[in-house]
Formats: sequence, structure tokens, C-alpha cells
Amino acid sequence: MAMPANLISPAAPARWQDFLLLMKPRVMSLVIFTAITGMASSNHPINPILASVSILCIAVGAGASASLNMWYDADIDAKMRRTRGRPVPAGRVQGADALALGVILSLFSVMLLGMTVNWLAAGLLAFTIFFYAVVYTMWLKRSTPQNIVIGGLAGALPPVIGWAAATGTTPLNAWLLCAIIFMWTPPHFWALSLYTSEDYEKAGVPMMPVTAGAASTRKQILIYSLLFTPLCLAPAFTGLGGKPYLSVAVLGGAVFLILAWRIFRSRAGDAADPRQDDGLYDVKVAAKDARNLFAFSILYLTLLFATLLAEHVLGVSPITAPGVFG
Amino acid sequence: MSDPVRDTELEAKARQGRNIALALGLVLFVILVFIVTVTHLKGNVIERPL
Repeated sequence: MAMPANLISPAAPARWQDFLLLMKPRVMSLVIFTAITGMASSNHPINPILASVSILCIAVGAGASASLNMWYDADIDAKMRRTRGRPVPAGRVQGADALALGVILSLFSVMLLGMTVNWLAAGLLAFTIFFYAVVYTMWLKRSTPQNIVIGGLAGALPPVIGWAAATGTTPLNAWLLCAIIFMWTPPHFWALSLYTSEDYEKAGVPMMPVTAGAASTRKQILIYSLLFTPLCLAPAFTGLGGKPYLSVAVLGGAVFLILAWRIFRSRAGDAADPRQDDGLYDVKVAAKDARNLFAFSILYLTLLFATLLAEHVLGVSPITAPGVFG
Repeated sequence: MSDPVRDTELEAKARQGRNIALALGLVLFVILVFIVTVTHLKGNVIERPL
């Protein structure tokens, strides 16, 4: 399918919105949400201005790493339907500009967080940017099907940074939030890659369905789901979550497992799935099971963190005392 | 980079938009640093021994 002329013309001028797109605002909003949840879950008073600055720095740091990712991955982004409209492969922003934006915003966010809040949070933010831009983007993504498993750590760290910004410490409960996102990432991304594997194959990205095949990916989605769902119950027993959280975790976890089981029993990703257009969610019936888990995984993680956030804002008591976890 | 002399109307408009966004970003940064500084100082300036 031909792309619109304004997306492929190298002469199209860069608008300020293109630089905003370099920072992946949708991913940034998830980072902000999980960081706020981590901050609130610490139950530690923090000056609202410093809390806002912390969240701003975490968001800008996430945007910086996204910009570095867009600079480095422009060649493979251009080969995939899902990403070829991004500012760099579409020719609206030069790669060097994306690199400059990423480096400047990385320095800005880390230095500001360190000087205004604390250096533990700043150090964790710097590590997160480095891990996403260098370890995941430049190394893992093109070299191993475990890319999103290990690289998922970068997306899992924001609640820990938020917690560290509020308290200056990172107790076990902060790392539990990190572990939940970390274990959520493989079933989430592999479900997506089951119905976009053609794109990844074309771009030479060794996603699990490309290298190990769809059947193995479906089995691994089920295994990770069996590990992920019990882990989501843990906050209710470590002094982090209350009864509402436990209810959401149990009910949502059951649905998650049912959807993972359906994928396991399905043939999602087996046959070529030539779509009629570029819509990410517009897939054939055969891939519906994969799409359902992908969509529900986003909803489930959002509900888990939203419930935790609401409980701490509203003062709902956790089921147990934090003990060594707090 | 395109030659400013040959900028089309579209390019000039895009450039102006980028400049305004950059200026706003810088102004917001200055305000942010001011507010954070005042927040950190709190009452320490008034309460300091003279």
C-alpha cells in the first residue's frame, strides 16, 4: 500500500510536533502513570512541587531514550508498517537531530532530578535511559529473541524511580512493582508479535515468533502468564495492596490466564496474515486470540496500578503490614 | 539542512513553530528552576543567623 506523500517526502519540513513524536508520548504516559503509582505507594510525604519535578524528569528521561531509539532504529523502522511513519524514517526529522534531542534531554532530566530531588532517583533514571537506548536498542533488539524479556527491565523501572524520588530508598515493595511490569512484558509483546511477525521478519528483528516459531511463542506466552499472574497477587501480602487490589488481581489474573490458554490452544501466528491495510488492530480472525491478550494485558496492568494508586490516595489499608518489604 | 533563502512558506511556518516551542521550553525551564530553588530554600533565608 502506498504511503501518503507527506510521509515519504524528504522535503517535508520538521514541525515541533514531530519532535514530540520522537519521544513516544503514548509510552511516556504509561511511564508517568507507573512512576506516580510507585511514588504514591511509598506512603512517604513529598513536597508536591518536587513530586511534579520528579515526574517531569522521569517523563523527559523516557522521552529522551525513545528519541535515541528512533535515531538508532530508523533503518528497521522504515521496513515495518507499524513504524515507517515515524519522523526519522519518514524523512521529516534528520537522524542527527533525533540523536541530539535524545542526548540533551537525557542530560537535562538526570541532572535536574539529581540536583532537585535525590541522586538515587537520578542514578536509576540514568541507568534506565542507558539500558533502553544502549543495552536494548543497540544490542539486544537485533541479536536475540530474548530482546524484550531482558529489555523489559527499562520499562519496569519507572515505579522504582518514583519510589526512590519520594523516599530516597528502594525497598522490596518497589522492586515488586518492577517485577510485575517485567514479567508482564513478554506475554504482552509476544502476543503483539504473533500477528506482526511478518513485519519483524522483513526488518530482520529476531522476535520470538520469527526465530522460534509461533508454537513455541504461544507456549512461552502461557509459561510467562503462569508466572506473571501469581506475582500480581503478591502486593496484597507484602503490605502494598488492600482488598480492592486483591480482587482486581484475582479476577483480572483469571481472565489473563484464560486468554493465554486460548492463545496456547490456537494457531495464532502460524499462517501468513496478509492484512488489507495498515491498522495495527485490524487483524484476521486467526490472530484474534493474540490480539485479545495483547489488548487485555494493557487493561490488566493499568487496572492493577490504578487500584494501587487509588488505594494509597484514598487511604485504603493494606491487608498486611509491610514488614521487611516496606 | 535547507537554505533559509529558499524556504517555502511551509518551511518557514514549520521553522517558526519549532522556534516558538523551543522558546517556550526554555522559559518554562527557567521558571521551573526558580520555583524549585525557592522550594528548597523554604524559610532558611529568613531564619538564618545574621
